[in-house]
Amino acid sequence: MARDVHAQLAGVTRVYPGGGEHPPVHALGPVDLDLHKGEFFAVVGPSGCGKSTLLEVLAGLQRPTAGTVTFEGKAVSGEVADGIGVVFQEDASFPWLTVWDNAAFGLRRSGVAESKLRRRVDDALAFMGLKDFARAYPSQLSGGMRQRVCIARTLVLEPRLILLDEPFGALDAQTRLLMGDEVLRLWRQTGATVLLITHALDEAAMLADRIGAMSARPGCFIEIIETGWPNGRDSTIVAEPAFGEITGRLWERLRGESLKALGHSSLAQSAPPSALAAE
Amino acid sequence: MTRIGLIRSAVIVTMIAALELACRTGLIDHRIVIAPSEMASALVTLLASGSINADIERTLGIIAVVIALSVVLGFAVGVVIHALPHLREALDPFFATYYAVPIFIFYPVLIAIFGLSPMPIVLIGVATAIVAMIIATLNGLDRVPRVLVKVARVHRLGRVSTALRLQLPATAPYLFTGIKLSVSYAFIAVIAAEFILSPAGLGRDISDAYTDFENRRMYALILFLLIVATAVNAGLHALDMRFAERRSGGGP
Repeated sequence: MARDVHAQLAGVTRVYPGGGEHPPVHALGPVDLDLHKGEFFAVVGPSGCGKSTLLEVLAGLQRPTAGTVTFEGKAVSGEVADGIGVVFQEDASFPWLTVWDNAAFGLRRSGVAESKLRRRVDDALAFMGLKDFARAYPSQLSGGMRQRVCIARTLVLEPRLILLDEPFGALDAQTRLLMGDEVLRLWRQTGATVLLITHALDEAAMLADRIGAMSARPGCFIEIIETGWPNGRDSTIVAEPAFGEITGRLWERLRGESLKALGHSSLAQSAPPSALAAE
Repeated sequence: MTRIGLIRSAVIVTMIAALELACRTGLIDHRIVIAPSEMASALVTLLASGSINADIERTLGIIAVVIALSVVLGFAVGVVIHALPHLREALDPFFATYYAVPIFIFYPVLIAIFGLSPMPIVLIGVATAIVAMIIATLNGLDRVPRVLVKVARVHRLGRVSTALRLQLPATAPYLFTGIKLSVSYAFIAVIAAEFILSPAGLGRDISDAYTDFENRRMYALILFLLIVATAVNAGLHALDMRFAERRSGGGP
């Protein structure tokens, strides 16, 4: 049975106009993608392939040059639609507000009753393990905890589509694994659709139901891989043989594209190491 | 008190004690510098007499006006220049070399235009202090993380809401630096302008006392200004440290 399409990109391209001596930059597309309701989709690709542009177009932070973006059947263009939450790679916590006020930031504007606001913020902080740090300032927290503050700020708005733009990019490997577990828990409990942009193949392989591998710029999907992981998965699946197979397959698809992105087009055409070993 | 605070206090007390000793033992001629205890006693007498109340009111009033104008106008001009990149590019060389120009050379011109009123002093004061505030505002706005603007869009904040709720707090440390500099420049410019050619004010008083060899009065007035300027700066510094602690991790 076909699953509900929650968000859709159809023939989306993004070209940044040139200026002066700089020619226009074709950053993305054409891209077609159906995000199914409640799925966890990860996007991987070489540096500069347009992954973040794709996220910003889907969020409504950028207008596509061509094509259409829809979320819950309505067109998205130039404004973030209600029900979409975004977590960025950079530390986007507000240093002048406490953790509690950071989390409450978006909700304060929505006209929610004070008692309901308090309950939702307290719940989000408890969910992200920040209850004991509610009165602390972001500068008193580690990088991982500050990112959890940003996730809590998104969670209190109860988004139905959560867009994560390399949210663990600045964290160490162990913290990233643990944060991955937390994101999986969040995904299961909220039932939201999640789109994760990441440069880490292992992160994508561990977290996602489906992984879209993108070409070098202008980024297009060259393959979409279904991981087949159970819904109740966690970071222990990195020890599964299938995990290695998925990351190996992703790298096979992306190696040439990454070399192209680095400007080594001749190497990109050569056989990958696995093929040489088989000879 | 912290260890650093104790060391700081000890240095100040030692210097005052050394000056007191040097004056009392005649190492420093009392016709040049009087002992700090005499300065304090002269200041108490002067304040009790009420003879400088009008000058205090005038000078501190002008300084307050200069600070308010410099901070408010400096911030507004900074915001406008930041929004107009071409204008900023054109003005950047002026800002870079602004303090190399002695603003006081325009004082006679201002007196010729406005007469011996407080106006030339206010204008000299604002001209001296405002650019520090403009530069601080530009620095602050330059350093607002771009991601905050994206967060504002995700939360569907309008331009005014984004400016007030995100950009202004994000630039606050830089604006505070601008305010501190403006306060310092305001004190310097107003007292110096009064010293040169004003008919009244504490700067004029100090100048008159100096001309009339009234050492006790002159040092009492200098001490008064030192105390006021130090108290204002200490207050601003304490506020700054309180905000900085939150941002750097040492806070409550």
